[in-house]
Amino acid sequence: MYDIKALYEAESTAHAVQLRLEHPEAQIIAGGSDVLVQVREGKRAGKALISIYMLDELRGIRIDDEGNLRIGSLTSFSHITKDPLIQQYIPALGEAVDMVGGPQIRNIGTIGGNTCNGVTSADSASTLHAYEAIIELTGANGIRRVPIKDFYLRAGQTDIRPDEIQTAILIPQDSYKDTAGYYFKYAMRNAMDIATTGCSVNCRLSPDKGTFERVRIAYGVAGPVPMRAPTAEAMAAGKPVSRETVQAFAQAVLQDINPRDSWRASRALRQHIAVELASRCLTESVHRAGGAL
Amino acid sequence: MEQQYKQVNFNLNGKDVSCVVDIRCSLTDMLRNQFGCTSVKKGCEVGECGACTVLIDKEAFNSCIYLAVWAEGKHILTLEGLLGPNGELSDIQQAFIDEAAVQCGFCTPGFILTGYEILETGKLYTDDELRKLLSGHLCRCTGYENILKAVKKVMYQRLGKTPEEA
Amino acid sequence: MPNVGKSVPRVDAMDKVTGRAKYTDDRCDPHALVARVVRSTIAHGYVKSVDISQAEKIPGVVRIVTCFDVPDIKFPTAGHPWSVEEAHQDVADRRLLNRHVRYVGDDVAAVVAENEVAAAQAARAIRVEYEPLPFVLDPIEAMQPGAPVLHKEYPDNVLKHTSIRQGDYQTAIQEPGLICVDKWYEVPTVQHCHIENFICYAYGEGDRIVIVSSTQIPHIVRRTVGQALGLPWGKVRIIKPYIGGGFGNKQDTLYEPLCAYLSLQVGGRQVKLDVPREDTFVSNRVRHAEKIHIISWVRPDGTYAARKLEMYSNQGAYASHGHSIVAKGMGAFPQMYPCPNIEADSYTVYTNRSVAGAMRGYGIPQAMFAFESHTEDVCRRLGLDSLAFRHKNIMPKGYVDGFSKNENYFDSFNQCMDKAVAETDYVRKHAAYAHQTGEVRRGIGIAPFWYNTAVWPISLEHSSCRMVLNQDGSIQLQVAETEIGQGADTAYAQMAADVVGLAYYTDVHVQSCQDTDVTPFGLGAYASRQTYTAGFAIRQTGLILRDKILDYASEMTRMPKYNLDLMDGEIVRTTDGRVLLKLADLATEAFYSLTHSVHITAESTYQTKSNAYSFGCCVAEVEVDIPLCKVKVTDLLNIHDCGKLINPALAEAQVHGGMSMGIGYALSEQLLFDPKTGRALNNNLLDYKLSTTMDHPHLRAMFIENYEPTSAFGTKALGEPPTCPVAPAIRNAILNATGVEVDSLPMNPHVLYRRFCQEGLIADPWTKEG
Repeated sequence: MYDIKALYEAESTAHAVQLRLEHPEAQIIAGGSDVLVQVREGKRAGKALISIYMLDELRGIRIDDEGNLRIGSLTSFSHITKDPLIQQYIPALGEAVDMVGGPQIRNIGTIGGNTCNGVTSADSASTLHAYEAIIELTGANGIRRVPIKDFYLRAGQTDIRPDEIQTAILIPQDSYKDTAGYYFKYAMRNAMDIATTGCSVNCRLSPDKGTFERVRIAYGVAGPVPMRAPTAEAMAAGKPVSRETVQAFAQAVLQDINPRDSWRASRALRQHIAVELASRCLTESVHRAGGAL
Repeated sequence: MEQQYKQVNFNLNGKDVSCVVDIRCSLTDMLRNQFGCTSVKKGCEVGECGACTVLIDKEAFNSCIYLAVWAEGKHILTLEGLLGPNGELSDIQQAFIDEAAVQCGFCTPGFILTGYEILETGKLYTDDELRKLLSGHLCRCTGYENILKAVKKVMYQRLGKTPEEA
Repeated sequence: MPNVGKSVPRVDAMDKVTGRAKYTDDRCDPHALVARVVRSTIAHGYVKSVDISQAEKIPGVVRIVTCFDVPDIKFPTAGHPWSVEEAHQDVADRRLLNRHVRYVGDDVAAVVAENEVAAAQAARAIRVEYEPLPFVLDPIEAMQPGAPVLHKEYPDNVLKHTSIRQGDYQTAIQEPGLICVDKWYEVPTVQHCHIENFICYAYGEGDRIVIVSSTQIPHIVRRTVGQALGLPWGKVRIIKPYIGGGFGNKQDTLYEPLCAYLSLQVGGRQVKLDVPREDTFVSNRVRHAEKIHIISWVRPDGTYAARKLEMYSNQGAYASHGHSIVAKGMGAFPQMYPCPNIEADSYTVYTNRSVAGAMRGYGIPQAMFAFESHTEDVCRRLGLDSLAFRHKNIMPKGYVDGFSKNENYFDSFNQCMDKAVAETDYVRKHAAYAHQTGEVRRGIGIAPFWYNTAVWPISLEHSSCRMVLNQDGSIQLQVAETEIGQGADTAYAQMAADVVGLAYYTDVHVQSCQDTDVTPFGLGAYASRQTYTAGFAIRQTGLILRDKILDYASEMTRMPKYNLDLMDGEIVRTTDGRVLLKLADLATEAFYSLTHSVHITAESTYQTKSNAYSFGCCVAEVEVDIPLCKVKVTDLLNIHDCGKLINPALAEAQVHGGMSMGIGYALSEQLLFDPKTGRALNNNLLDYKLSTTMDHPHLRAMFIENYEPTSAFGTKALGEPPTCPVAPAIRNAILNATGVEVDSLPMNPHVLYRRFCQEGLIADPWTKEG
């Protein structure tokens, strides 16, 4: 039994917003795989919760009028992986969230929860950064959109205002069109783990597959929040598709990332792995984009 | 402060049921204490071991990190629900016996339910795929070897195939 | 038809695949009171005061007791038989709750509440004021002068130091031409991680206390609860239902005494103490971390002239099984590779860490990692073929250990290694993998292991058995060597059916839920002793029962007993093979006869004064991704000579589980302690890296069945041995792949990164060429 002071169950998005205003002290709970664990630990014990889990309107994936791939915030990881639009346009995201925890966690865990808790190791986060996702928040005054890099304020803190809930994650068409990507989760075991370092890369090649038109890379656990490696990206853009470019790109990530020393892994190991993953992820992205190295 | 209770209506192992729960209860708490489902085991209570796994609308969930009130309107299957009308074992339960996939038995109900979910897809999986599909359960007795063997055996049985044909 | 030797299904399988098997929590009243332990937040110090005023106000709180309330009785916890000789009794060094706290997680106070939420809230609301003392986490540091002292009776923190001396080491090392290989090895703290946490509940009944507990050792716990509470032992009744794994952690008295005490504090109401997973890691038992130093003086021809061993075993805060563990490891040293000149010393040292106790292998996984890594390192230094070296030097057939009188009746080591080598193509692969280049390399490694069955002559070995004939000719069987998942009950049923002369093992109803009021006295499940030790009592008792049945048969058939036999549940006249009577009919008659009614039962105790070696080996094949600092085990094979297999399928399954635990020990498991605070850092199943389905290769188990001559059924230890050789086999495979000696466990990416950098296989990322 959980130490929950009160449970407010939202019946619609509008009701959720209303509950947020009525109970400013309450914590939002989506799938609960993080929140309930924290309640049990004592960290959030005795708190009131606003449950949005039953809001089916926040589930599902579609292409919206602007051509964005729109992922409802409560869509579970397993449903993202199985979704045909995801498989068609952004398989790297489906693969990334297929590495979260284990199958049961992927059935309860939601992409909204994974991003709202502001954790750097979240498996969805680096790929969403690498695809410049946009976070859609719904509040008393309507909808607000925030680029994902601005949504993460600091470790464990995201830009959700007191009246808001996150309602969708949008992947702009320019991000996924003619683009191929790959996510590598580096962890201490092959399932039921959090990333020691997560790396997501995507690239767009020139029509002749000879040049990198655009390369994007983002990391989890390379800093306090998920982060891009702009120096590496700039370095690769316009360069020939070659092993040399891949190596230079991988080495350049060290200019950008700032992992820390902790008992989970040393800074040196994380740096070493970050370089290695950058290389492996870009290599795989090139292959997926139809290029050769 | 006053305790909060709620009536929850759902389908448990094929029967419509309802009960009043303390909103603080996990689904594990409700199934064990109010419905006597002893197959739902508590091993970590944070979704890491898989011992409390149940199927909700045909998908496997850790019932320990699922609020009881969320059961509203759902179809929930526990291991108790796999038995036939006269108490016959399902194919996957029988396979766990035949393949010596049971030792202390504490992880067994969860593994069988996930195995059942896998088998109900009617798909043929590789060993690596099966390992991934079963990876949300920890077992300290079996090294997973005979558990995989049992699931694989029923998978082939149901598809009318042998491993060589696959 | 023999039942022994067949792969029959488990007797408890039906209960377990239907979910109806009742474990401790399944038997507990859902409305029982709930206990929660308040734990020390400092690694060492004194509790100055405990303020419970806020906690008491929390609705639902029934009772709070603190370290200032409990009786001043120190008690031992190890799951060893009691010794009537004081010198051999286990160390009694803990109280129900402790004022002198010795590790982060020590028991300071306990709350009893109406539900778990109130208990947790109260536990958080209790304010403990400490007087902190300096603490020490490392055994060698703890032995230094001036180190913090944990128990005043042990001023140098050394719980025990024992030695082995053979020949004259100092003189032997003077021999000219010797090559000295001097190395340290280190193994970490790991935890059992049975999926059912330890749980018990207690209630008063009459003037006694009943405790239902997830334990391997009900009769031992009865005694320790009596000792801890100052109660006559007969006033304590322990019930042991199905348990969700134990692996040695539950071969210890854990929270049964405290739970019983709490129940008595609330008038004998039912109190449940369900240990959360996080506390299971920290405040139950762990496997001893050890630092092991080996110096070998080797002749160029590959024989040992002299050897020295030092083992430092990290006991943690309380004695538990104490020195027995490292002593067992040390004992293997002079036996496995006999050498005339040996100096061995082992030290078990108190530190301010979680308490170490029994865990699958009981000191042998630690020892085998060091010993078999060292064997490989010696051969590498000398340029010798390590397989040939092992064949040449390992314990030969006919070896007899002077202390235990164990005899190596067969050439088990060499037979097992030969089979493993043939099955894995070891020789060819080992040579082929020796000089690879490139980022991803393969390797193969071998490690034999030493093990012995049960605990004679270190301590008492016995088993008692009761058999009761039923009206239908089936029997009930009771022994106190408990079912803990290993399959003991099924093996017992198979053995008993054959001894008595029943048709099927299913004609034997083994009482799995044990009750110290009912089950005959026995010591429990540990030391891989169940089939061996209980086997004697089962055979002896079965023969008594059979004899009584034949007496009755003689009476009924008017045939002399010597012409009668009981086979497959039928009374057979041996002179012509005619079936005279079905056992079922005999049994019904015996129960209800108007002329001679008797309940045919048998009960006896067998004290075992022998022991049996149980050897084998492991071969591991790996793929090492050097840049990723990762090892993938691609093949793993264990070969065991555990004598005659009672149930081959269950034996194989048990080996799989032990191998799995070995994989975790080798590659990923480690309970970490913060050097600044002494606090455990990763005491949960996410951060403690137990291997998953995706971290295992296909596991292979094979056997050499040499019938053990000392045994009642030809069988000997198999429960623990499978865990023992896996880590050194994987380690030697990594060495074969990379040329890098990794001398500490787990060989995870952190360790491999450091070692690969040191050996030049990986360059610092900043200096890598773009």
